[in-house]
Amino acid sequence: MKDVSKSPWIIHYDGSSCNGCDMEVLASLTPVYDIERFGVINTGDPMQADIFLVTGGINTLNQMVVKQIYDQMPSPKVVVAIGTCACTGGIFKECYNIIGGTDTTIPVDIYVPGCAARPQSIIDGIVQAKECLKQKCIAEQKAAKEGK
Amino acid sequence: MGKRSVIPFGPQHPVLPEPIHLDLVIEDETVVEAIPSIGFVHRGLESLTDKKDFNELVYIIERTCGICSYMHGMGYCEAVERVMKVQIPDRSRFLRTVWAEMSRVHSHLLWLGLLADAFGFEALFYQSWRLRERVLDMFEESTGGRCIFSVNKIGGQLKDVPDDMLKAFSVKFTELEKEIRVMAKTFLEDYTVNKRLKGVGILTKEQALEMGALGPFARGSGVRYDLRETGYAAYPELDFEMCVEKDGDCYARTKVRIEEIFQAISLIRQAIDKMPGGEIAVPVKGNPMGEYAMRLEQPRGEGVYYIKGNGTKFLDRVRLRTPTFANIAPMVQTLKGCKLSDVPLYILSIDPCISCTER
Ligand code: SF4
Repeated sequence: MKDVSKSPWIIHYDGSSCNGCDMEVLASLTPVYDIERFGVINTGDPMQADIFLVTGGINTLNQMVVKQIYDQMPSPKVVVAIGTCACTGGIFKECYNIIGGTDTTIPVDIYVPGCAARPQSIIDGIVQAKECLKQKCIAEQKAAKEGK
Repeated sequence: MGKRSVIPFGPQHPVLPEPIHLDLVIEDETVVEAIPSIGFVHRGLESLTDKKDFNELVYIIERTCGICSYMHGMGYCEAVERVMKVQIPDRSRFLRTVWAEMSRVHSHLLWLGLLADAFGFEALFYQSWRLRERVLDMFEESTGGRCIFSVNKIGGQLKDVPDDMLKAFSVKFTELEKEIRVMAKTFLEDYTVNKRLKGVGILTKEQALEMGALGPFARGSGVRYDLRETGYAAYPELDFEMCVEKDGDCYARTKVRIEEIFQAISLIRQAIDKMPGGEIAVPVKGNPMGEYAMRLEQPRGEGVYYIKGNGTKFLDRVRLRTPTFANIAPMVQTLKGCKLSDVPLYILSIDPCISCTER
């Protein structure tokens, strides 16, 4: 298997965010911040994505959507929770419809706090996710070799 | 008659930043019916009324939506202030107007970008988001936040903006306006853009009135309805003219929004010129007792903030009615008879804000 961590594809799903973090993720794709310079590209297709950006908390309805997207992504994959909502449930934690942060549903690798998370920290999160992806690639290759 | 089939659209879809789900009943390539189902972003933040007191609620209500967050906070504060019969200082009224109109500029620029993305004009998308960043920079300079500002409080503002900073904003907006005019020309005159926007997604004036469309969506269909005319905040003291178009297609809605950007910039400049000095907040004592429904014009239309207090620091009820909620019914109407490939464009043309709708 090749090392995909040089130019991973990202997919973004807006859980129950207030749009704040959601717009910041989009903003970091646009010219002023431009995360594409780190080699990532945004895609809408989970099957082609390596890094999964989640904004907003998990509620009863979107839980299965988040899970489905995660399951469809090829392994190795990295999940980045963006914003306090996605990390812990944030300000909406006490709402009746919020289950909690992203890690209540799928394993999260990188947490990017902030309400709203700034584009700078989102970029930092994605750069760390690349490193994490690399480690996972190496681990998988090793496991595959030992398996033979 | 062709064969009917149902295509699910969303909640995770490349053109939509936010999750909305539609079941599209199609006949060949034509949509005959669209059935929306919402709830993917529902948090139930109105239920926090019994956990947070009315002062803390300002920060919760602001997080209804990260695009027009300022206006949500403002609507809620104005409602509580009216219940408690608090008269906020003049400077606070003007500051609210400046920030509210800045929100409108950035929201409309954001929408223009998403629209360009929906018809596949990537460069235009980047261009309008680049210009939007300038407004966000000004927000950051004056409030400290880019999306969520938390500068409103019951009785006024938490932060003051120095006069020379306001003057500088005025100059910056003049420059920004020039650049937006250049970009607007592409939206309004470019051949390919016009091909995609003109004559599609028509909502007639009768339909708009019947189904209760709001905001630029209704004004694009010739309905004269803009709550800024009712005169809250500092609007009564500023020159303001409503932007109305009569064609009711996607092009008319784009035109209304582009003109509103210029209108908003002019309002900002007027407000900065007339900015009175003095206090930015008055102390508020006691608890709200009574009810009030505050209506104000958000970038997407009329927002209603209903509050009911019972004399304790916990409110009985807070209820928001946001513009997208009202606009979904007319949007479904425009979807009937359109081509499947136009669906994203039609949905975007109402400027949907799902997290507002579902709260
Ligand atoms: S962390 Fe804050 S800005 Fe981000 S989605 Fe949650 S409430 Fe909105």
